[in-house]
Amino acid sequence: MRLFPSLYGWVSERLDVTPLVYLVKKKSVPAHRHSLWYYTGGMTLFFFGVQVATGILLLLYYRPSAEAAYESVQFIMTEVKFGWLIRSLHSWSANLMIGAIFVHMFSAFFMKAYRKPRELTWFSGAFLLFLSLAFGFSGYLLPWNKLAYFATKVGTDIASQVPVLGHSILVFLRGGEEVSGATLTRFFGFHVAILPAAATFLLLLHLLLVQVQGMSVPPALEKNPNAKSIPFFPNFLLRDLLGWLLALLLLVVLASIFPWELGEKADPLAPAPAGIKPEWYFVFMFQTLKLLPAEIWFIPGELAGIAAFTLGGVLLFLVPLLDKNPTGRWGRWISRLGWMVAAYIVAFTILGYLWPAAK
Amino acid sequence: MASEGTEKKTRREFLNFILGGGFTALFGAVFYPVLRFVMPPAKSEAFGGSVSAARIGELPPNSGKIFPLGESPGLLVHTAEGEYKAFSAVCTHLSCTVQYRPDLGHIWCACHNGHYDLTGKNVAGPPPRPLTEYPVTLSGDNVIVSPSRGA
Amino acid sequence: MAGRKMTSLLKDAAKANGLVVALVGALLLQAEADDTCLECHLQLEDNLQAPALQIQTDVHYQRGISCAGCHGGDPSEVDPDSSMSPSKGFVGSPKPRQIPSFCARCHSDVEYMKHYNPKLPTDQLAQYKTSVHGKRLAKGDTQVATCISCHGVHGILRPTDTRSSVFKTNIPKTCAGCHADKKHMAPYRIHTNQYSDYLQSVHGKLLLEKKELSAAACTDCHGNHGASPPGLSDVAGACGECHPSNRDLFEKSPHKEPFQKARLPQCVACHGNHKVLPPSDEFLGVSGEAVCIHCHKAGSKGYEVSAAFKTLLDSLKTATEEARQLVKKAEVAGVKVGLTKFDLRACEDAIVRSRSELHSFNLADFRALVQDGMAKAERVKKASLLSLEDLEIRRKGLIFSAVLILFLCIGLWLKIRKLDRRQ
Repeated sequence: MRLFPSLYGWVSERLDVTPLVYLVKKKSVPAHRHSLWYYTGGMTLFFFGVQVATGILLLLYYRPSAEAAYESVQFIMTEVKFGWLIRSLHSWSANLMIGAIFVHMFSAFFMKAYRKPRELTWFSGAFLLFLSLAFGFSGYLLPWNKLAYFATKVGTDIASQVPVLGHSILVFLRGGEEVSGATLTRFFGFHVAILPAAATFLLLLHLLLVQVQGMSVPPALEKNPNAKSIPFFPNFLLRDLLGWLLALLLLVVLASIFPWELGEKADPLAPAPAGIKPEWYFVFMFQTLKLLPAEIWFIPGELAGIAAFTLGGVLLFLVPLLDKNPTGRWGRWISRLGWMVAAYIVAFTILGYLWPAAK
Repeated sequence: MASEGTEKKTRREFLNFILGGGFTALFGAVFYPVLRFVMPPAKSEAFGGSVSAARIGELPPNSGKIFPLGESPGLLVHTAEGEYKAFSAVCTHLSCTVQYRPDLGHIWCACHNGHYDLTGKNVAGPPPRPLTEYPVTLSGDNVIVSPSRGA
Repeated sequence: MAGRKMTSLLKDAAKANGLVVALVGALLLQAEADDTCLECHLQLEDNLQAPALQIQTDVHYQRGISCAGCHGGDPSEVDPDSSMSPSKGFVGSPKPRQIPSFCARCHSDVEYMKHYNPKLPTDQLAQYKTSVHGKRLAKGDTQVATCISCHGVHGILRPTDTRSSVFKTNIPKTCAGCHADKKHMAPYRIHTNQYSDYLQSVHGKLLLEKKELSAAACTDCHGNHGASPPGLSDVAGACGECHPSNRDLFEKSPHKEPFQKARLPQCVACHGNHKVLPPSDEFLGVSGEAVCIHCHKAGSKGYEVSAAFKTLLDSLKTATEEARQLVKKAEVAGVKVGLTKFDLRACEDAIVRSRSELHSFNLADFRALVQDGMAKAERVKKASLLSLEDLEIRRKGLIFSAVLILFLCIGLWLKIRKLDRRQ
């Protein structure tokens, strides 16, 4: 405002921006011993921004067909200037974004930020988590390399275990009976059109709700009479900026120390290589399904596992409705359950990587 | 007091200056790669089904040239009669790279003395099958080979 | 097609003698109306009916030569005594000994054969007379193969027909019909394991499993009508039809004469005959599988040369494998490989070529070829390493950016602290 008085004047003559300025000036963010977790959302937003920018750039050269996909990614990485960088950033940022989402989700969970009136924020966030997993799953196949091909094959195969509708889901996902060029085109469509459209809408809703309702303070600190806060602008925003810079630093370091590989071109007729693993954020589910006995009582083990994870997803979504008395006994039990789930995810992910590759 | 204030002020100005410069540099470090990325490279697309095998005039009549055709080599022959012909350069016997022999006027594989005529047909030696022939078109200065269009 | 033929037959039949063809039955429909041989024999049973049924698919019959074409007689006569009377030229079925000349009445007649297939050879009988089968037949042995043993009798198909017993992929089985029969071969005191050996051979696998029609069957080495085992010094000639470079190299090699003197059957001496296994690089060298050391005993010069061949080939293979791994590494990492891949093909070509070149048994030539290949592999390795250096360059650029970002982080941190202190 100080910097561009004439521009500000020009705009405000045409559009009343004072409410916006007022909001920015007045907005403050609670400061307490858990306020560090407030930055995880911004971090996720930053990675999402990187994904959108690099994704759009990759679209300039990528070709979604079985014959040309691998070659076009190879082209991006070898012929296009800085193509290797854009591609490496897109891959790394995708993984970091999912990581950030998990941290953000668990921090909101343990701080019980889903309490009334913020249930809608939680619902939209949970939906965004599922969308991000779908983003990861569909994007993984796009370079059409060997590992991605077989991971997709195994991943979509799990869907066929669903009773009655299983086969239809499989055919819907694969665009046919087998993972083929048709699957690639389909996944490309999900990845660059359907999922981004849904995610943009939900993300705007999520952000709007946060702005309208402000940050949630954990129940234990809520009653504190000496509650402190810092102004959103510039103090909190600068901290957010610092967080983003650190995220960018992490991205750059990862992309330089572990450049994302191109891999070998997928050959649908070749036998599956040993030790196929999905992306790390699916490993805990994959490992669980692998360890389940063939039959639990009379239900096939894999089916039971899928049912359990689906139920888990539904329960996660419904947390605000289940946790009616967050500070009470029931609420404490829900927190404990959350810790168990977190421990389970960590343990089975680690187990998945330590488990011998050969079956 | 006054001097201390100005010192503080200059220090603050210095920090702002550094930060401004740093962010400008970061902005450049982000947008320079992006600008370079969006400008198409010299080779403007990945192997997309047709390839420029040679420039017209590059090959005298009765000579041949190996050129990259996606993952495998191709053989462009400029026949003594002045016609351009293109084949897969992978011998059908043991996958050696074949070559054009001006003295014989046909295609030859050095590994086991296999011979192919100028329609790609295996005429002598161990090759069990003909070489695949690809359509050739002349476009401007270039001899274009398009395997995807089928022979 | 069949329908049209049928109707034209119907018309012919109606024209010729007004037979009410529709009542006679489907098989009769196909018989020429004036061919009483078929008319009668189709109504007979067993052995007397079979030829009339088989002939329907016969190439001769389809080109207009019916029973009388070979057996003589008059097919227009209805009375068997008169149609099959020797006075009408009826000869009945020929004895085995007569068969070759029986078929040759037409097949050796150059003028006559021109009417049917001007391209078809007419030297089968002449060839047959030079074959082991033909020679024995001339001496009165009627157990040997004649024309009909391989081609069949009344249902002879073109050799290009995939159902024919002499179609390329069926030849081994046809020959084995007699040659794998212990009882049949006993009087001749020859082995009966050729077929089972052939099935394991590189040729047998290619022909019978991969249906690779250019792979050698029995007749490609032994001849067909003139079938005989190639002479000791003719082996390279037979193999060389398909493997000319190896033949030429062998013919010029120092092995040619000693093999002749020692009565060693050229190619077969090392590769075997019916059971030609895929050649292995272990044939060279001095290990257990090596074939050179069967003659070249330890301490001899040949023994050392064999070892040298193996060492050279192995070093080329190792160098090429290293080059291949580096190219793959660069490719998987996503750095520009470009034409290096084609140079790698040249190394692979060099291995294939040197495996052939070694049949000159000239160490100096072989070494030159191998070294040329090694130099190419070395170039590929260097080029791949250069490509991989791109990764390092990228890394350095990113580290530079990382330092810039870190610097900014510190600056921002200071700014935040200052802001906080002011409030």
